[in-house]
Amino acid sequence: MIEAKGLTKHYGDKRAVEQLSFTVRPGVVTGFLGPNGSGKSTTMRMIMGLDMPTAGDVTVKGTHFKNLQWPLREVGALLEAKAIHPGRSARAHLTMLAQTNHLPSDRVDELLELVGLTSVANKRAGKFSLGMGQRLGIAAALLGDPEILLFDEPVNGLDPDGIRWVRNLLKGLAREGRTVFVSSHLMSEMALTADEVVIIGRGKLISQTSIGDLLSQSTENFVRVRSPEAAKLKAALEEQGAVVALEDDGSLSVRGANEVAIGELAAKLPVVLHELAPQSASLEEAFMELTEDSIEYHGSTSSTGPINSTGAKS
Amino acid sequence: MSTQTTPPPAMHKALPPGHYGFLDLLRSEWTKIRTVRSTMWTIGVTVVLGIGIGALVSALTRSHWSSMNLGQRLSFDPSATSLIGILFAQFAVGILGVLVISAEYSTGTIRATFSAAPNRSRVFAAKIVVFGLLSLIVAEFTSFVAFFLGQFLLSSPATHATLSSPGAFRAVFGGGLFVCALGLVAMGLGTIIRHTAGAISAFVGILLVLPILTAALPSQLSQDVRKFMPDRIGVDMLTTKSQDFGAFSPWVGLLIVAIYAVVLLFIGASMLERRDA
Repeated sequence: MIEAKGLTKHYGDKRAVEQLSFTVRPGVVTGFLGPNGSGKSTTMRMIMGLDMPTAGDVTVKGTHFKNLQWPLREVGALLEAKAIHPGRSARAHLTMLAQTNHLPSDRVDELLELVGLTSVANKRAGKFSLGMGQRLGIAAALLGDPEILLFDEPVNGLDPDGIRWVRNLLKGLAREGRTVFVSSHLMSEMALTADEVVIIGRGKLISQTSIGDLLSQSTENFVRVRSPEAAKLKAALEEQGAVVALEDDGSLSVRGANEVAIGELAAKLPVVLHELAPQSASLEEAFMELTEDSIEYHGSTSSTGPINSTGAKS
Repeated sequence: MSTQTTPPPAMHKALPPGHYGFLDLLRSEWTKIRTVRSTMWTIGVTVVLGIGIGALVSALTRSHWSSMNLGQRLSFDPSATSLIGILFAQFAVGILGVLVISAEYSTGTIRATFSAAPNRSRVFAAKIVVFGLLSLIVAEFTSFVAFFLGQFLLSSPATHATLSSPGAFRAVFGGGLFVCALGLVAMGLGTIIRHTAGAISAFVGILLVLPILTAALPSQLSQDVRKFMPDRIGVDMLTTKSQDFGAFSPWVGLLIVAIYAVVLLFIGASMLERRDA
């Protein structure tokens, strides 16, 4: 269990995290989503006691991280790829971590085997690829067989095979009853891994919800209706309180009424329907919609120069 | 959707009694310091410069002995001559002292360390013990070998010293202690400054630049300030003849450098405790 209450971190004038409250439960994978620079890594560092909150509080297992008796055996974290001395071998790095919490040296070999680094265990880590560094970081997180696990962007730099491995690993860890908290800026990745999501933008909580609820809450869910008598149907639907838009291709986009209600209304009128298709937003769209106003660094999609006055946002 | 149909199996992880301790951290810090090349390099340079330069100067003195006049022969300090390399070796130990902490910051290892052992003061104390003991052993080894090799090379007709010569043991043993204390000063600087290049510059500046700056002060003030400077204290520790006028005695000088180290490490520890890692 991880609990944040009013967690706030300012770096000078910059508000990295602002009044963030959320709970991460055991037994499920909780995704931590937000655009780049939204405060995910800062939040994770505060959970691990590395950065001190400006205000508010965050606890693991009901206490501050620094009060844990056996930190490495209780909470494991992958905070950044290659947080390792480039001259030190993977084995030496894991060994020095294992020793802090009195873990046997066999455990180091087990983990090297698990993440597939046994053959390069004695090589200098400076020669590692980003993916190998990521695997080493995952080994470090799992070293103490902890009940709570934090991963900051764990699939960065991994090949498709590695990504699938991490996905299954995270799910497996959650299934064993552990608390798994994974950050990502990629909704699509979280859709495949997470059961719950904590979504932040500009350091503020946007939503904590299950993946399923996230989809159904999205206003991008609508029903596409085609009918030769579109105008009549539109008027009737609007009378019922639905929001109906007539699209360029002649179809209607109906929000606020589901396909069942629309079908029954059409039969009552009666109006012939040529199409009645519920459209669900992709998670990516749902995520974009939620974080639209809170993206720190917008990439421009317009050509350079002020060609039209409506601005860059497409 | 991976809906949970059965409750997750309870975790039956029995944690060992107690908590992670200082011995665990000592072992971890020892692993850290011996598994990077910079340690081997700086120790190698310490030993080679510390012994080699003294041996070279001793051998040269021996070969020029016949051309030296009486005054030169009488003021000749065989102990100090054999230990002259210590004044070069001290820079290598200082660099290692800076690196043991600054490299953790520059590589990000510090976050892995504090994620495994969040009691920062305890980690830092273990680091001080490991580096302090290692640098002490290396410095004493270098100092004693330099002395014996130097005296062997200063064979007759040149005068040479034994450990029982006046001041000789103090110069040899104290020289090693001085280098260790200076290494801890460097470690304190590394902890406060956190950047390798900046901390090494500060360390070298204290030993080489500060003396030049104080020379610009009015002479009485300059003399009062000079005797507190580590470079002067180091030279006085190695000298067994013609003690500098107005200097502290060698042991008081060593105590002053030790106080510098303690103060810097204390400031470093409190910054380490407060700052974001």
